[in-house]
Amino acid sequence: MPTKPDQGARTPAARAENVLDVNDLAVHFQLQGGALSRLLGLKSRSVKAVDGVTLTLRRGEVLGLVGESGSGKTTLGRALLGLVPATGGSITYHGRERGDRLVSQMRGAELRRLRTDLQMVFQDPHAALNPSMTMEVAIGHPLVIHGIASGAELRQRVEEALERVGLSPVERFLGKYPSDLSGGQKQRAVIARAIILQPEVLVADEPVSMLDMSVRAKILQLMLDLKRDLGLTYVYITHDLATAKYFCDRIAIMYLGRVVEIGATDEIFAHPRHPYTKALLKAIPEPDPDKQVPRDLPRGEIPDAAEPPLGCAFHPRCPEAVAGCGWESRDLRALLEEHWTRKVEAYDDELELIGDLDGLSTPSTTAKLGSGGAGAVRALLDRIRTESPDEPLWRGVTGIDPAGNGVEVHFRPADAPALRRAGSVDVACVLYPEVPGAGS
Amino acid sequence: MMDLIDDQAAPVVPSDPVLEVRDLRVWYGTERGPVRAVDGVSFDLHEGEILGVVGESGCGKSTLGRGLIGLLPDGSSRDGTLRFRGTDMLALRPKEQHAMRGRDLGMIFQEPLTRLNPLMRISEHFAETLKTHDRSISKAEIERRSLEALRVMGIPPTRYHAYPHEFSGGMRQRLMIALTLVLRPAFVVADEPTTALDVLVEAQIIRILHDLRTNYRTALLLITHNLGIVAEACDRVAVMYAGEIVEIGAAREVFSHPQHPYTRELLRSTISLSTTGLNYIDGAPPDLVEPPSGCHFHPRCPDAMKICAARHPVSRMHAGGSLASCWAADVRAGILATVPAAELEPLPREEIGVADEA
Repeated sequence: MPTKPDQGARTPAARAENVLDVNDLAVHFQLQGGALSRLLGLKSRSVKAVDGVTLTLRRGEVLGLVGESGSGKTTLGRALLGLVPATGGSITYHGRERGDRLVSQMRGAELRRLRTDLQMVFQDPHAALNPSMTMEVAIGHPLVIHGIASGAELRQRVEEALERVGLSPVERFLGKYPSDLSGGQKQRAVIARAIILQPEVLVADEPVSMLDMSVRAKILQLMLDLKRDLGLTYVYITHDLATAKYFCDRIAIMYLGRVVEIGATDEIFAHPRHPYTKALLKAIPEPDPDKQVPRDLPRGEIPDAAEPPLGCAFHPRCPEAVAGCGWESRDLRALLEEHWTRKVEAYDDELELIGDLDGLSTPSTTAKLGSGGAGAVRALLDRIRTESPDEPLWRGVTGIDPAGNGVEVHFRPADAPALRRAGSVDVACVLYPEVPGAGS
Repeated sequence: MMDLIDDQAAPVVPSDPVLEVRDLRVWYGTERGPVRAVDGVSFDLHEGEILGVVGESGCGKSTLGRGLIGLLPDGSSRDGTLRFRGTDMLALRPKEQHAMRGRDLGMIFQEPLTRLNPLMRISEHFAETLKTHDRSISKAEIERRSLEALRVMGIPPTRYHAYPHEFSGGMRQRLMIALTLVLRPAFVVADEPTTALDVLVEAQIIRILHDLRTNYRTALLLITHNLGIVAEACDRVAVMYAGEIVEIGAAREVFSHPQHPYTRELLRSTISLSTTGLNYIDGAPPDLVEPPSGCHFHPRCPDAMKICAARHPVSRMHAGGSLASCWAADVRAGILATVPAAELEPLPREEIGVADEA
């Protein structure tokens, strides 16, 4: 069985060569506010789908972009091809033939020409193929659009592409419509359409996640074969760490628009550093009956990207969080809700004491709460703290002061951690790089 | 943190089975003839037990799950024996069956958002569910039972009056589970309950389902295509192929010593963290209007013998306690001494191309 592509075959010079350079890339989407807020000229909110991402794609490698839904991995993949406009930073494509070009500034015809070099394989093969086009028309379409081939040559190149992706005998498939094909066959057709322009880079967005498990391995094997035969470079976008481990040379773990850990696949899996990476690895259900249902997993879900948590975006869920992670008002609200989930019977009385929770919904390092008297609210917070003294939120509290009928809780402010070197990988976490003696 | 649930899973005490299934068949009528989606399935399920059902798409997993509850489309029919706590379900009138759904038989679906009414608050969902089965239930009792169900699922009481769209995907699935369990059904079918969820949330939901045995003593049929989930969360596993259970046994035993070649190949083709090479099963599950002769898996089976194409194998108990229907497994166990040697010769395999792949 073939395993990973032979890394020794690449020369040192080729290894150093980059196909794409991404520098401080930002993709922000403006949210349309209500009519009233536009009338009043209020600042509209934006979703930072990708924020401050810097990475390189090396020629001939498979780079994995791994994360949960909402992590920005798909947006980043699309931005690499210019399918979504960058709102900040730059993407440079070092083409084999036409030299360096700035993808992030391309528009119109220029962007369309880029498609002959950078192509995409989509997640859902059922949606990616036009139901009224036969395979011959669909797969040859890119050649027609770019005016590269027609007539007999077009047909010959379509047949070659079908042959390459294993849809043979080609005569059986040329006249077929997408509805005649199984999921695996459709994905093969999508791949054929992507490689027919002889691109340098393929961005594959979850290419196997919609397929039955018995075909997933086949499609991945096909992609490895094509990479070897055609000298392709892949960006592999996935939420599935198991296929990423097998398929990728390097992996970037993404969370809420940022890369939180990036490095060689072997190192990331052998020594995961970021608490998020560790959690993902622990959560994967393995077909090993000796493994138990994991217990110490991060709580909650990926938060709203329009208003990400202050400090490190992962801190509200992080099992290793410390004082300087960026604790804030919304974390206090979550803490109260968790407390009431455990103690439903105390909910009505205590809510009266706390009053309106909405004040805790605006991100701030100062949280004002309580309407039943400063002393009583303080006593309640102390009681909750005694209940779960290990709750990391308390480490970030710098003071609790009386304020009116309630209290003001002050948190230590913190910035989002930047990617820093730790061993042979880069990690964005306040715990890294490890300072000798500061541990435990 | 969410450690609301005691870590120690109670050992399963042998008792009368909650569900007895014998030779159950669920067929759909089509123009081409009957589709044998479930064809002669037998198993028992006990209180507090989790049975995983695995197999490729189109092997009858979902039809089995719906067939057990009686949620089948028009043009389908059930036959065989299906006993819930001793009651013959197939002999009941439709109205009586309807009354049992929800109260005794629960179902958790794949996409929670499509199962919740967007115009109803969570509290109203609970009230409707509880009132349907007990018209005289008091308001206070509804609230008490709802909040208790939410507590077990880790949903704060502050969200009791919220609308479905205000919840995240994982929370919605917890809500669905809470809505199913508030009636305390003894048997629940969960059909791919985590497929649409992220891996961390999936792990949270699997943990909740796994802990149902301690909290509610529920018997659970967990349908999934993810073998990892079965290995971690299930006591027993049934492997389905072409409408039949080809192997069933303790999850640990089936995963470490698969008897049926289909089980073995399914495990081998799963890409996991320990995968070092890509394996796959050629071909696709057969058309269930006209399944292959003999063992339905023989055209794709690497171990196929001549007898496999001619005669349907018999379900037999193997060392380790698994039941499997496979001639090759019988030969290995030394059971087939009387079969002529010529019938045990390898079956010449027909080439399976991409043209037949799933």
